[in-house]
Amino acid sequence: MADPHGKPATGREIAGRAPWMLVVPALAGLAFLVLPLAGLLIRAPWSTLLQRLAEPQVLEALRLSLVCATVATAFCLLLGVPLAWLLGRVSFPGRRLVRALVTVPLVLPPVVGGVALLLVLGRRGLAGQWLESAFGISLPFTTAGVIVAEAFVAMPFLVISVEGALRGADQRFEEAAATLGASRWTVFRRVTLPMVMPGVVAGAVLCWARALGEFGATITFAGNFPGTTRTMPLAVYLALETEPEAAIVLSLVLLAVSVVILASLRDRWVSTP
Amino acid sequence: MKFRRLSRWAIALPVAVTLAGLAGCGSGTPATSTSSAPASSAGGGELTVFAAASLTGTFTELGRSFESAHPGTTVKFNFGSSATLAQQIVQGAPADVFAAASPATMKTVTDASLAGAPTTFVRNKLQIAVPADNPAKVDELKDLADPEVKVALCAEQVPCGAAAVKALGAAGLTVKPVTLEQDVKATLTKVQLGEVDAALVYRTDVIASGGKVTGIDFPEAGQAINDYPIAALTKAPAADLAKQFVDLVLSPQGKDVLTKAGFEAP
Repeated sequence: MADPHGKPATGREIAGRAPWMLVVPALAGLAFLVLPLAGLLIRAPWSTLLQRLAEPQVLEALRLSLVCATVATAFCLLLGVPLAWLLGRVSFPGRRLVRALVTVPLVLPPVVGGVALLLVLGRRGLAGQWLESAFGISLPFTTAGVIVAEAFVAMPFLVISVEGALRGADQRFEEAAATLGASRWTVFRRVTLPMVMPGVVAGAVLCWARALGEFGATITFAGNFPGTTRTMPLAVYLALETEPEAAIVLSLVLLAVSVVILASLRDRWVSTP
Repeated sequence: MKFRRLSRWAIALPVAVTLAGLAGCGSGTPATSTSSAPASSAGGGELTVFAAASLTGTFTELGRSFESAHPGTTVKFNFGSSATLAQQIVQGAPADVFAAASPATMKTVTDASLAGAPTTFVRNKLQIAVPADNPAKVDELKDLADPEVKVALCAEQVPCGAAAVKALGAAGLTVKPVTLEQDVKATLTKVQLGEVDAALVYRTDVIASGGKVTGIDFPEAGQAINDYPIAALTKAPAADLAKQFVDLVLSPQGKDVLTKAGFEAP
């Protein structure tokens, strides 16, 4: 890999044998993560695989999953990056508390998140009631509801990642820009954002992956109906009730698609300096 | 400073709530007594029962009376979707008794030669469940076909969904639900929260909800009755206790508990 700018020193490999104290647990960790996937591959009904893939419900669920995860990620970027900036660059009273609150969806069991969303945005929810009477908008049991549920669960991944990048970034560049007369918005747009771009991309990828696999909040808040709210994870769960083989096929599809997308994104974005 | 104190509370409060919740769970499980009493032939031990989610209340009660009749014995329950439980048993989960909400899910286990001949111990009937204030004014099955009425059904893959399809078929109705839930409790939750106007669930679930939803009987429910089979498992680690527990469920005392909860005798 010829790099015209030369690799930064931190990226260079240090000479000497890798210590077994690190290599052994690393390999064990890898096996722990990869073996269940191998299990799926071994038990997959290869002979009927293609035939099952061509079923319209599978394609429908896959399309729905990809669309919802992507829209949810866009929504998270729109709100999450400014939120991360607020947490990382503006000091205000109660910042620690807000930071802790942002991570609540991470520790909340997704099903509980779904119930919470119903209580707020549902037909009889605090905001949902008003949404329905004022605009005729009802989120539960709609594709928009799936996006809301996925965004709720996935946004913390983006915020934490971007905030981490912001805290690691050298603030002197921003200060220099400000002393040269740039407004705070210009500083954010022209200096801060380009500096933390790898963090934003990495966060968006994590966020997308989490949204793609989302199950609990989605089934609770948005329900489960083919074509409108039945994403791949829901289809997998339902197939497991009667046809474990079909569930394995669906899982493999979801797995293959996400690995391809994540691997290509990683090559293009995340590893660039 | 004020906020710092607040943030400490923000952590302390959920912790306290969690601890309280754990304590609550703990008090629900009966304490194991020492094996001093000679009553049980098995001489104490542990019995594991896998049972359909709709049996949660009744079987917990029966488990308690089983424990007091067999001092030193602990009954552990795994409640869940019958289909999931059947899969777990086939995959080697260490269970002694399996009580399913449909003959089809029991068949998964008997086909794998993991259970003897099952006995039908109760039957369950569907009811229309509506929120307590019945916003869509539903009073018969026909009303569910109205496109203005939001309906939740169980997915066809689970027993309550299969029964719903049968009942609607018998009535010659086409209902377009807004959601197909993965089990009967999830369907009932949607009614309790008022997110749907009506759902088809079991009579026992309506009774168990304690007045939060209203149940409406409909004649076609008679054509979609669910049989609940129970069987002791052939690989039961506690085979003696398993047989005794099945006997308890089939006894007049068991029948009494089950019919009080809304089940019908087979």
